Amino acid sequence: MKKHNLVSRLELVNITKQYPGCLANDNISITLMPGEIHALLGENGAGKSTLVKTIYGVVAPDKGDIIWDGKEVNIKSPSIARDLGIGMVFQHFSLFETLTVSQNIELCLSKTQLNKIGDLAARITQLSEEYGLNVNPSRYVHSLSIGERQRVEIMRCLVQSVKLLILDEPTSVLTPQEVSGLFGVLRTLSEEGCSILFISHKLHEVTEICHKATILRGGKVVETCVPNEETPASIAKMMVGDLAEQDAGYAKREGTKRAFNVENLSLPAKQPFGTSLKNINFELKSGEILGIAGVAGNGQDELMAIISGEDERNVKNSLSLGSLDIGHLHAGERRKLGMAYVPEERLGRGAVPDMSLTENTLLTHSDGFVKKGLVEWQSIKEYTSALIAKYKVKCHGEFSEAKSLSGGNLQKFIMGREIGQSPQVLICAHPTWGVDVGAALAIHQALLELRDQGAAILLISEDIDELFLLADRMAAVCDGHLSPVVRTEATNIDQIGQWMAGTFINNSSLHTQEAKA
Amino acid sequence: MIRIQARTEPSSLMKVASPLLAIVLTLIFGCILFSAIGKSPSQALHVLLIAPLADSYNIGEMFVKMGPLLLCAVGLSLCYRANMWNIGAEGQLLAGALGGSAMALYFIDSESAFALPITLLAGVASGMIWAAIPTFLKLRFNSNLILTTIMFNYIALYLLIWAVHGPLRDPQGFGFPESAMFADSTLLPTLFESSRIHLGVAFSVVSAFIAWFILSKSHLGFQIRVFGSDEPAARYAGFSSKKLSWFVMLFAGALAGLAGVSETTGPIGQLVPNVSPGYGYSAIIVAYLGRLHPLGAILAAVFMAVLYMGGDLAQIEMGIPVAVVSMFQGVLLFFLLACDFFINNRLTLSNQATN
Repeated sequence: MKKHNLVSRLELVNITKQYPGCLANDNISITLMPGEIHALLGENGAGKSTLVKTIYGVVAPDKGDIIWDGKEVNIKSPSIARDLGIGMVFQHFSLFETLTVSQNIELCLSKTQLNKIGDLAARITQLSEEYGLNVNPSRYVHSLSIGERQRVEIMRCLVQSVKLLILDEPTSVLTPQEVSGLFGVLRTLSEEGCSILFISHKLHEVTEICHKATILRGGKVVETCVPNEETPASIAKMMVGDLAEQDAGYAKREGTKRAFNVENLSLPAKQPFGTSLKNINFELKSGEILGIAGVAGNGQDELMAIISGEDERNVKNSLSLGSLDIGHLHAGERRKLGMAYVPEERLGRGAVPDMSLTENTLLTHSDGFVKKGLVEWQSIKEYTSALIAKYKVKCHGEFSEAKSLSGGNLQKFIMGREIGQSPQVLICAHPTWGVDVGAALAIHQALLELRDQGAAILLISEDIDELFLLADRMAAVCDGHLSPVVRTEATNIDQIGQWMAGTFINNSSLHTQEAKA
Repeated sequence: MIRIQARTEPSSLMKVASPLLAIVLTLIFGCILFSAIGKSPSQALHVLLIAPLADSYNIGEMFVKMGPLLLCAVGLSLCYRANMWNIGAEGQLLAGALGGSAMALYFIDSESAFALPITLLAGVASGMIWAAIPTFLKLRFNSNLILTTIMFNYIALYLLIWAVHGPLRDPQGFGFPESAMFADSTLLPTLFESSRIHLGVAFSVVSAFIAWFILSKSHLGFQIRVFGSDEPAARYAGFSSKKLSWFVMLFAGALAGLAGVSETTGPIGQLVPNVSPGYGYSAIIVAYLGRLHPLGAILAAVFMAVLYMGGDLAQIEMGIPVAVVSMFQGVLLFFLLACDFFINNRLTLSNQATN
């Protein structure tokens, strides 16, 4: 980091934001110098996104001042933020898939900005070369990989000569190779004096790239540190507060007999921009966790839907549970045979938002609670209370509506509900996505316990560290193809990363994702 | 400046207040309407809403109208809870009237104790068949249920008209398009000496309680509720949408069919072309006014029946055209949907300072 001058780029002074029932930001003060890469860390609900939205003009603070380049400013809207030179890349991209890259970028520029730039496509190409972004202005967004789309979002900020770039969990959707590419871009930007505010859950990334870190807990700044003087473990402790247990290495197991099998599964995509599954074969054994890595949108959702039966197409002879063919059975029948699922989407799919936890228990767990077609509400209530206690789900009680729970707590509830049915096969997608450190640990341990009881677990995740931590065997998906399955001990992040980018596919016609060096 | 802002969570107050607010707004609209056509608003509202409840005869007639409205609305509430947009209660009611009447005419010389139950069952079965065809078309060919059920309303109406002009016409009826009067053995008994309140009205109230029991106590009812409130969750849980669709549609068809056969074997006593003054359509409004809750439908059906009665009285006593009732119904639904908007949204006053 070069200090270009002594005037700070951005200074937040005593920012306070009260939401009904929750003090999201409590007297937060942060200073960012030009060229500084600053990490904003904290568990879910610590107040990171509220703070970032305040800077970007989406949320108005109740109290506090924002000082930009030494002058007090009132950022009333995102357009004012953009005029000042603040750019933001959200976790969920806001690009139109049916438009080209340059059309997408043009959409968010004002007339005067466009006039100033002149030839937009040329400017994009020039910036692309300058920063190594590898963005072709004339390509359609739907043909881009997730990593490329993220670079388009960054490009959108660069075109407007950004002085502060805010990135909300930018690496959660990237392959390891893409991550190192992104970090290269960020370092170049930093050297040119652009400040970067970097929100992440992945602590080793923070220690790798960030100059400073601010840790939030319960809406307050609890600590400021220089990340490369810390370890991921010590930062995690600051985030969680007490001396929380850390995920350590877990023993790997060998599965026993075959529990679930997928054979020659090929399936055209249902949606226009969905992914077709191409000749997928794998075997899942009792007592093992099989991890499937992959960048989002490479067929994981489609695979999960066809295995669970939510995709109702008949795939007889392609799926079997034990020795039983189940490809033609509907989702309810597959559940009855001993399959359970933890979906990626917790609220709205894994749980009904407007229903109580008791009712949400009944959603998938009706065994023993329904006699002659009638529901025994009293016994479900008792069972749900026990479930809440066992998995330490934070809520008012079994009568709480699912939507009143935080993401991590709801996930613990769903996980507990599915595990409580002692499934033979559990399919689990992104179990700890957006979940705080404490809840993630509880979820990991619950999965391992289930494995040790002899269940077969298919773990689909974008978090490659989590897969290496939990999975006994691993594979990767890319564009609907499944890589070979290997024992976790026999592989490494590099190999899985390359598989995620599709290097295992021997097909020249295939579009592979360019991993930036 | 007034702005519309999405609420962070639906207002539970507005869920209850919305139908009441809609009724008040409809009445205000009524006052303006009556003034415009030169009638006294206070007198008109009195005739429309108070007079129907003023004496025991009128109250009895009000219940006679409530019966078919409630039977149809209970079935529709379940359908709408399960996202099955059945607009076909009218056709299912007419089918029930037609099928039931055909059976009643078969028993025209019978004094068997089984004549009435079999007649009612014929009506119920006809209503179910009429609901089954669009359901099959939807599940098999993914046809639009709203369109097919509306089409089947017309088919049922013209089938019924054809029947009273043809095979079911009373041979001694001087060519009037009506069936013969049914035998006593196939007429629904009345519940009280002095009024026309018949067994069908009791059926309707019982059906509301049965539907409430199904929704709140049974696993099937739970699945219907999940389907209505969160379809992806229902698919994730593996609930069979086919099974639920069949259940709610056949249930609604059975109740609407019962409503139809209860009309012909109850207050009417024969098959006539105008069995229903649009009960099956009004029941849609009743279902929504009752918040798709079977017990809420009872209150809403009473209100709608009062409006029907009041419309008749207003025509007799004040010369107000009976079309006013349809207009009131339409305006009521309009205001109800408008008020429901504020369950999930609210108005906020904003200026630059508060932003």
